[in-house]
Amino acid sequence: MIKLDHVSRTFQVGDELVHGLDDVTLEIKAGEYVSIMGPSGSGKSTLLNAIGLLDQLDKGHYFLDGKDTTELSELELAKTRREKIGFVFQIFHLIPRLTAAENIALPLTLAGVEHDERNERVNTALKSLSLSDRAHHRPDQLSGGQRQRVAIARAVVTKPLVLLADEPTGNLDHASGVEVIDILEALNQQGITLLLVTHDTELGERAQRIIHMMDGKVLP
Amino acid sequence: MYLNDVIQFAFRAMHGARTRTYLTLLAMAIGVASVILLTSLGEGARLYVTQQFSSLGTNLLIVLPGRSETTGGMPPMTGETPRDLTLQDVMALQRSYHIKEVTPIVVGAAPVSYQQMEREVMITGTTASLFSIRELRMARGQFLPEQEMTRASPVCVLGHTLQKELFGNASPLGKWVRVGGYRCRVIGVLEEEGVGLGMDLSDSVVMPAASAQTLFNINSVFRILVVARSQEVMEKARQDIIDIIRARHEGEDDITVLSQDALLSTFDRILTALTYSLGGIAAVSLLVAGIMIMNVMLVAATQRTAEIGLLKALGAPRRQIMLLFLTESACLSMIGALLGLIFGLGANQVLQLYFPDFPFQAPDWALWSAVGIALFTGLLFGLLPARHAASLNPVLALSGR
Repeated sequence: MIKLDHVSRTFQVGDELVHGLDDVTLEIKAGEYVSIMGPSGSGKSTLLNAIGLLDQLDKGHYFLDGKDTTELSELELAKTRREKIGFVFQIFHLIPRLTAAENIALPLTLAGVEHDERNERVNTALKSLSLSDRAHHRPDQLSGGQRQRVAIARAVVTKPLVLLADEPTGNLDHASGVEVIDILEALNQQGITLLLVTHDTELGERAQRIIHMMDGKVLP
Repeated sequence: MYLNDVIQFAFRAMHGARTRTYLTLLAMAIGVASVILLTSLGEGARLYVTQQFSSLGTNLLIVLPGRSETTGGMPPMTGETPRDLTLQDVMALQRSYHIKEVTPIVVGAAPVSYQQMEREVMITGTTASLFSIRELRMARGQFLPEQEMTRASPVCVLGHTLQKELFGNASPLGKWVRVGGYRCRVIGVLEEEGVGLGMDLSDSVVMPAASAQTLFNINSVFRILVVARSQEVMEKARQDIIDIIRARHEGEDDITVLSQDALLSTFDRILTALTYSLGGIAAVSLLVAGIMIMNVMLVAATQRTAEIGLLKALGAPRRQIMLLFLTESACLSMIGALLGLIFGLGANQVLQLYFPDFPFQAPDWALWSAVGIALFTGLLFGLLPARHAASLNPVLALSGR
């Protein structure tokens, strides 16, 4: 599913060159549940952004679903993100002026999915995350856990192959955090490939496979 | 992405930043309304003047002394003064077959008094023919008598305002008034009328041309009004005038014959140019409104950086983000333009109520171009912020950097 082949990414910070990713080779199979752990600055988020096609690579090749993504145009990259990848962020990134249902519908709206089908899929997503009674609330009327559930619904409403979660529990209390992880694991059970970035060892160790990172390198 | 979804997204975003949206709409509306108001002032002036001219009658020719055309070169040092037009010239013109009526105009200002009341007014010396040429109407008495043009009979006709000032409600008929150093008997009062192109007869004394010449101690005539027999013979009448006067002026072409059309088209050109320049001045405010839209959209792009990052993560390509932002600025300028249109046309209606004589009418081209320029500037100035938004790096945008 995901195959990174000697991938590097460097950033210019002041006068210094920082290795976000330093010659990373990695393979993740479809349906796997992987947690990426490491101290801050170790390159976990850079790895996730690279896998999510949000960031360009300096060196190496990245194959997603059998396709080399390094040669795709901006338009094709956007299309791939839309169809194959779902994101869950630490600070939710819900649009404050839209209701929960509209936030969930956003990727479908952008993709030009027809109105009726969009409603149907949003309703299904709302139901499966027990958010039906919160559909017409705006984000500021929801609790942190509810907001993250809306964000998860938005990530999976397009039925992506890969779900990328960057510190999804970072802004939540422990109970809501565990609840969110439970939801993500349930989605993984249904077949989605789940990549979870966290520095919470207790949560991270629930994954089938743990990748430790340090200074842009994957530790064996 | 469906168009109505794009528009709905734009409206949600505009609703999200209400104060900013309203202020931008206001700026755009003021721009469009000022174009409409200023051009309708210019256009109104043009229509007003046109109306005034048409009240003169269409077969009218105006003869004035001196050539109005310039042929270049220095004027002669000796000072070539044109020969004055005289009453004899006027009588000579009556002989032309193509000319129906001729009347001289002698003007000047003199104090007019009756008992202790005195008033400085315009004096018009003319003949009985002016009555039909200017389509005058009498309130009381009669107009100047049909008589030999050179006879200086001591009679006069008062304008409506002057009559009120000197006599109040009493009848002035048969009373003797003093005009400068000249005494004359009032034989009529003109009916109140609108201002007829530069000749407001309501506050003036009308007397026989010869009397006015005696009063001002001159032999010349200020203008000659000529009415051709019909519209078709206008050109022949003009040629006759030139020929007759040349014969009388020892072969010199020293008069200018203006037709109403020539005057009209000159005024028309001047006032149309005025309308355009007023429109141009007002269009500057549209430009300012466009820049304001750019400003607002740049602020929006900065404030919504994280949102743009999110849209990119959700699979919106660059051009879709540009589309969303351009739609927002287009909506701002379009709604602003419509508000300005309503406001401008409404203000026109209100002004029309207060000044019923003056036609407030925005020309069609002004309406279209105001809205067009508004839309165009909205899109043009929306382009820069939209490109800025679309080119944001998604990783940095999402982290709020």
